This record gives sequence, C-alpha cells and structure tokens, in this order.
Amino acid sequence: MQGNEFRKGMRDGLPIALGYFAVAFSLGIAARGAGLTIAQGVVASLLNNASAGEYAGFTTIGADASYLEMALITLVANARYLLMSTALSQHIDPKMPFWQRLTIGYDVTDELFGIYVAHPGMLPPAYAYGAMSLAIPGWAGGTAFGIFAGQVLPQRVVSALSVALYGMFLAIIIPPARKDKVVALLVVLAFASSWACGIVPWFSALSSGTRTIILTVALSGAAALLFPVKEEAHAA
Amino acid sequence: MRHDIWTYIMVMSVATIAIKALPLALIRRQIANPFLRSFLFYLPYVTLAVMTFPSIIQATQNPLAGVLALVLGVVLAWFGAGLPVVASACCLVVFVTESLLSAPV
Repeated sequence: MQGNEFRKGMRDGLPIALGYFAVAFSLGIAARGAGLTIAQGVVASLLNNASAGEYAGFTTIGADASYLEMALITLVANARYLLMSTALSQHIDPKMPFWQRLTIGYDVTDELFGIYVAHPGMLPPAYAYGAMSLAIPGWAGGTAFGIFAGQVLPQRVVSALSVALYGMFLAIIIPPARKDKVVALLVVLAFASSWACGIVPWFSALSSGTRTIILTVALSGAAALLFPVKEEAHAA
Repeated sequence: MRHDIWTYIMVMSVATIAIKALPLALIRRQIANPFLRSFLFYLPYVTLAVMTFPSIIQATQNPLAGVLALVLGVVLAWFGAGLPVVASACCLVVFVTESLLSAPV
C-alpha cells in the first residue's frame, strides 16, 4: 500500500517537476544576477522550494539589504503558505508524527498543495514523498541549470527566459481575479502602486523589498477591512 | 559593507521553512479571526502582483517586449491557460519581439 501511494505521488509529481525545471531555470538567471554561485543557488532552492520567495530573496541579496529585511521579505513573499499549510493540517491524520508533518510542510508549494488537497481522504505521507521525490530535484536542478546556462546562452534567450517567472505569477493571480472582483481590483491597484512607488521621490529611495512589504501589508489590510472574506477562504 | 550570501540563504531558508512547516506541524484548528483570514486570503495575490509589475517590463532588453508578455500572460491566464503554457508563451513573445526589433533592415 505504501509503495503504491509513493508511485501515485511520483506520477502526479512528474508534470509538476517538469514545470518546476523550466520556472526554476528562470529563477537561476535571477540568482546569477544577484551574484550566487551554482552551489548557493542549489542550496537555496533545496531549502526553500519557493518561486516568489526565492525571487524576492535573490533581489534582496542583489540589493545588499539587511538580514532583517531578508527575513521580512521572505515571510511576506511566502505568507500564502501559512494559509496553505494551515489548510493542509486539516487533511492530515492527527496521529501523524511531528517529524513527518514537518517534512511534508517543508515542501508545501502552490502545485503540491493543489494535488495534496485533491487527494481523496487523509493525505498518505508516502504519496507526498513520491511527489516530493521528483519536485525537489526538478526545482533545484532547474535553478542550477539557470545559473550555469545563463552564462552560456545568448542575451536574447536569457532575456526571454527571465519573464517565465512573471508568467507564472500571472498564472497564479489572474484566474482568481476573474472569479473575485476584489482580487481583480487589488491586482490592478498593486500594479499601479508598485509602478508609482518606483517613481515617487521618498518611496523610490526605499529598496524594492521594503516597498513590496509596505504595499502588500497596506493593500491586503485595507481589503481585509473593507471586504472581509465571508465563505471558506480558498488559497491559490 | 557587503553582506555574506550564505548568511542571507540561511536567513531566508529558516524564514521559509518556519512559515511553511510550522502551521502544518502545530496548528490543528482553522484560523477563526475574520480579519486575519481575509488578510491571509488577499495577501498572496497582492504580493505577486506587486512583484510582477513593473519588473516584467524592466526584465527584458526592450520594454515593449515586456509589455507584450504582460498583456499576453494576462489574457491567456484569464481564459484558463495553465501555468506552463502562460510562462512559456511569455518567454516566446519576448524572444520573437526582441528578435524582430533588432533584425537588420
């Protein structure tokens, strides 16, 4: 039974791992831009498994910002996992040992979260490990390849691949914006204010990480006050 | 003074693992506070949107290519295209646009 669930996890994890390789390649280009070596990029990806979080982190490294800012921006960029991890805790056998919960939690991603909650009944740990066994190397390998090949590939190819990450962000934020008018409004406001803050005198002097934190907390807080979510909040 | 990259990576990793693993490991009940629930619901979309624009336009060599990638990405995602399709379409449109713009006349 356990081996069967592991194989099922691998089967569902394979397309995710392939997608990760492509997106992590784009992340690797960003990592190289921030001055990371292949070893540093691989360790960061093995430990974080996070697109937005790592991208924000690499930007922070590139800006030579403080360690406190690094901690804050990482928490903000990954804050959606707080919700997903909380939601997943409802799909897990209460008797599951702490270390297994910690292991599954460490690799919570948008896509793995998606297949975990789609799994009928309580999540078997073997299924999660099967998916993780492909997703983790896919992500770390893509990062390594991005850092390596970013030096070899022509500038035009690097330029094209570097937008893959933003394409992924759009694929995450646009479908809920279509369903929920408040989310749509927030996306438009976030675009506008992010652009404006890069130009307005006092704001533009702040680092991009700090601007991201301020804008995220302000806009999400205002939306939560004005438009509290009534029904069961569903994560991305 | 330059900060140490390995220290940066450790700080970001501890923060990421804490936020991903601790709720799953520790919380056994759902968050009840309506403000907190709503805040956590909206937050991911706002963060990703703030990080996407105007960065997508600044990432390409030619800003027009970035604008086209943004428009195409929004349209495709709006009509239900999956994550790999949206991401690769954005790459393709940037490659094509920049190739055309820099092509010898």
